[in-house]
Amino acid sequence: MALLEVKDLDVGFDTPEGEVHAVNHLEFSLEAGDTLALVGESGSGKTQTVMGILGLLAENGHASGQALFKGKDLLQMNSLELNQHRGSEIAMIFQDPMTSLNPYLRIEKQMIEVVMHHGGLKKAEARTKAVELLRAVRIADPERIIRQYPHELSGGMRQKVMVAMGLLSEPELLIADEPTAALDVTVKAQITHLMSELRKKSNAAIILISHDLGIVAGLCDRVLVMYAGEAVECGSVDQIYYEPKHPYTQGLLNSVPRLDRPDDTEMVAIPGNPPNLLSLPGGCKFRDRCPKAFDACTQSPPMQVGQDLHAYRCFLGVPT
Amino acid sequence: MKDRVMRVQDLAVHFKLREGGLLSSKTFTLKAVEGVSFDLDAGETLGIVGESGCGKSTLARALLALIKPSRGRVLWLGEDLNKLDEEALRKKRQDMQIVFQDPLAALNPRMTVRDIIAEPLWTFFPKIARVQVDERVRGAMKMVGLLPNQVNRYPHEFSGGQCQRIGIARALVLNPKLIVCDEPVSALDVSIQAQIIKLLKDLQKKLNLSLVFIAHDLSVVKHISDRVMVMYLGRSMELSQRDALYRKPLHPYTSALIKAVPVPDPRLARAATDTGLTGDMPSPLNPPPGCVFHGRCPFLIKRCQLEVPALRRMESGDWVACHRAEELDLTIAKSG
Amino acid sequence: MTKSADIPVIDPFEAALGVTDVKGRSPWQDAWHRLLKNRAAVYSAFIMAAMFLMVVFGPMLISWEPDYTDWDYTSSPPSLASGHWFGTDAVGRDILVRTLEGGRISLMVGLVATIVSLLIGVSYGATAGYFGGAADRIMMRIVDIIYALPFMFFVILLMVVFGRHILLIFVAIGAINWLDMARIVRGQTLSLKNTEFVEAAKACGVGDWDIIRRHITPNLLGVVIVYVTLTIPQVILVESFLSFLGLGVQEPMSSWGALVSDGAQDMESAPWTLIVPSVFLTVTLYCFNYIGDGLRDALDPKDHL
Repeated sequence: MALLEVKDLDVGFDTPEGEVHAVNHLEFSLEAGDTLALVGESGSGKTQTVMGILGLLAENGHASGQALFKGKDLLQMNSLELNQHRGSEIAMIFQDPMTSLNPYLRIEKQMIEVVMHHGGLKKAEARTKAVELLRAVRIADPERIIRQYPHELSGGMRQKVMVAMGLLSEPELLIADEPTAALDVTVKAQITHLMSELRKKSNAAIILISHDLGIVAGLCDRVLVMYAGEAVECGSVDQIYYEPKHPYTQGLLNSVPRLDRPDDTEMVAIPGNPPNLLSLPGGCKFRDRCPKAFDACTQSPPMQVGQDLHAYRCFLGVPT
Repeated sequence: MKDRVMRVQDLAVHFKLREGGLLSSKTFTLKAVEGVSFDLDAGETLGIVGESGCGKSTLARALLALIKPSRGRVLWLGEDLNKLDEEALRKKRQDMQIVFQDPLAALNPRMTVRDIIAEPLWTFFPKIARVQVDERVRGAMKMVGLLPNQVNRYPHEFSGGQCQRIGIARALVLNPKLIVCDEPVSALDVSIQAQIIKLLKDLQKKLNLSLVFIAHDLSVVKHISDRVMVMYLGRSMELSQRDALYRKPLHPYTSALIKAVPVPDPRLARAATDTGLTGDMPSPLNPPPGCVFHGRCPFLIKRCQLEVPALRRMESGDWVACHRAEELDLTIAKSG
Repeated sequence: MTKSADIPVIDPFEAALGVTDVKGRSPWQDAWHRLLKNRAAVYSAFIMAAMFLMVVFGPMLISWEPDYTDWDYTSSPPSLASGHWFGTDAVGRDILVRTLEGGRISLMVGLVATIVSLLIGVSYGATAGYFGGAADRIMMRIVDIIYALPFMFFVILLMVVFGRHILLIFVAIGAINWLDMARIVRGQTLSLKNTEFVEAAKACGVGDWDIIRRHITPNLLGVVIVYVTLTIPQVILVESFLSFLGLGVQEPMSSWGALVSDGAQDMESAPWTLIVPSVFLTVTLYCFNYIGDGLRDALDPKDHL
């Protein structure tokens, strides 16, 4: 049985201007030990997918469909039931460590609180575990750091603390939402390397949400590319990067500035702007920006799944 | 031989900070920028790269005399900007413009696009006719890829990329010779970043603009720069021709920055073994003695802890601030 | 990998040139629409509009004069038969017409004092905030000092020296209220000063006064409007309090506060003399507060400063 199975997930928000469809009919599954990347730009719905699954949507949001975690549907659970899973079997690392760490509490208190609540450990045991984990994420002098407040640490350190907190409960599913977005390049590299090591050591399944194609390449087994709330392509990391089938994926890979290509390679940009989620066009949502659009694209394209489980939502390649 | 438009000589910007209570207080000097020098020619793009805290934003403002330097000179077309009186300096601003990092925050939410782009015109040509203003505003919009019929709209009605285009249009409307871009694409989506970088490159060619392009990521400046300067803790570590820098950097920090950029190629990423730089950037309030980078440098020798390396010129014509520049070979391994 | 040359370009420009300009949707329009969705605020606005009309035109339409003493019906309860719909007070004056006349004073004080505090407070606060430095420090110290003065003491002093003139009420209240406005405006100005669009204006060579006029002030309006709407009820209440203490308007002029004060004395025998002005006063206060709240939500800082 897959660790996490998402079926027909819809996430919407009621706004004064109308209904915003953030996620439409999303499906994917995750096995233990797998690392899946949700890739997309702003408005793609990647963060709201995860928020919807974990019951963390804003007040005006609603999610429907199924999100089966070890067979149990998370979407049917109320807050209390969800709390048993959140923070213990399912852990989440957010993007901006400054806003996800409580500035009024010492690191120690924040880390121990979680593990004592779920693991039933006593304070001393929890503390030892916390220090061990801080060491595991390569924080030098963890005994001193654990007594500090978040603002006394640098951005990179804070993010490492977040990673440690995420691992504290030994989760089976770890969700990292743009964990390196707010960090400098060299610190990004450190955190990425750290996550790569931790991945090898633990058996946790990881969902990595990112718009950074470079990091995804190094950390993930599979990639799900999202655009305007839909999955447009899904496959192994090699399939996505070396044989992208959907024009959006291709465009995305081409617009990333690369240091490894010859100097005179031209940067190809995707023209236009991401769509307005209040008024999504009918048919293929990428149509207006697609260099390969043709007549059929006014209809909703089907999800084509190949023998190798490489799927993409497009009319190109459909045998007529 | 290109004409030089700007010369920066030993520029330093220090901030005095006071910490402490009623009875005792300590004064710290924050050396946001320390001893930066470079020349800029007409039609040239200088990329400035550094991580947060390296002083690049402060430098950007000092170049445009929006901040007074504590030391050094900024010469624009031969004139020292900080020696000019207020009115003369104000006139010079026609030639030098700036584009900011946060596209939406750089636009007054209560002004229409027309008013935003027209403001520089009103400032320098107070008697200008409305028809002319309209013409120039629409012209600027077209040049940056915005539909002119959007003139009456407000910033919040546009996307991030479009807001940045508005900012660029505002910078262009006076036909400046220099545009300083302070991390213009950091807040934008990947696909939009490419659009804006291409736009700037096209505009530069068409208008023979000089650009100072500031970023925190070496990959972003590669496509647009002629030369690249790398900053660390307010100091210039290296200033090289673009191709040379990416192939064979002269400074260990540059090399670390290049290697830190994650390559979107799974095979290469899996094969990579380099752990990169450890530790964090030291606090600019308390810079280490000697070379500011020595605490994280893999090529550290005794001298680095004692003596500040001066920015010096190598045979190739490029500049580097490292004691061991001649002996180190930091050629970037070619990926297969 | 497709090269840009291979992609056929459909130029959106050529298609769109010659099309008429699109209308913009200013942040004010957005705020207006948000406000209209707030039912409490809209109803309150209607009630306030009705109140204004009643207070202005009511006394002209009612057959009783405010100072006419009807000896047939002294301290009589509200009844349709007597013609005094809201009853009379101990001297036989019609409560309704007195309340409406009193409303004129109360509302006028509210508006005028607020406008005075608005004009002084905004210019003072914006100047201090924008120019900063020593000027700012001195200006705000002055505010702090005046703030520390006991208000009642100050009012009594004024009354003793200048007598009980209605203009003095304006002066007294206005003199105190502008302080809060100045502080708030200064705070907003400080944060606006550091925004990137102000920096952009400076980089374009725009002068200080133009920046204040074009960039700072329009972005202050949101906060100022909300604060003004919440100040009016405050001022009315202060005036009522002064009148209740006997320091406010003099007979034969009346205000809601004075009427409440009078009514409180006859509370047991003629409760309507207390209830009617109290209800008018309370309704007014509630309505302004709902409107102010509605404005604050509509002009929410999530979208703009």
